[in-house]
Amino acid sequence: MKLVYFAWVRSKVGIAEEDITLPDTIGDMKTLLEWLRGRSDGFADALSDMTSIRFAVNQEIAELDQPISDQDEVALFPPMTGGQ
Amino acid sequence: MIRVQAQDFDVGAEIDALVAGNTQIGGVASFVGYVRDLNDGNTVSAITLEHYPGMTERKLEEIEQEARRRWPLDATLIIHRYGRLEPGDRIVLVVAASAHRQSAFDAAMFLMDWLKTQAPFWKLEATGDGDHWVDARESDGLAAEKWSKEE
Repeated sequence: MKLVYFAWVRSKVGIAEEDITLPDTIGDMKTLLEWLRGRSDGFADALSDMTSIRFAVNQEIAELDQPISDQDEVALFPPMTGGQ
Repeated sequence: MIRVQAQDFDVGAEIDALVAGNTQIGGVASFVGYVRDLNDGNTVSAITLEHYPGMTERKLEEIEQEARRRWPLDATLIIHRYGRLEPGDRIVLVVAASAHRQSAFDAAMFLMDWLKTQAPFWKLEATGDGDHWVDARESDGLAAEKWSKEE
């Protein structure tokens, strides 16, 4: 699975993107986020307040119950702040 | 048409090119966003706009299609810049062209309200206190929500 991080999520986790092999126990966004939180202090900090985290699966905004597989691209980022 | 680019754009030239040859168009409404030198009381020396290549283009196309579904538009254009910008620099351009002004005005406002909350851009501000990521405003969410209710 390809994981990509943007804005302060990227700063906190310390990398912009990575390829991982998804553990068999992870089947949706909720379990992926729980697993990511346990990887490092940076991930735990970045994902501590879920009200300020948005995510996309294959470049579409997704919810916690979104099923995911090893072929997916998952992006984690804060609420968007484009425009003027 | 949508474009995501680092370089500046010429508003007049963009509008001229968009309406050229289409004499059904009776009016064009446009909005140009600029970098301000003050945000939430902080003096801003520059911003850096980050985006999600691929998803950005996809979302802007969806937003444009949604505007064209809601209003009788003859042409639309969204240009959004990324990278480092300074106060006074243009960030974003939206243009909506229609036979009549009301559709053009409404669609231009809709395009801006929706892209603010749906297009994957993030702003890093450089201020006297250092660099910090800009938080989303609740008012932006409410402005976008207003259009959902009217659907």
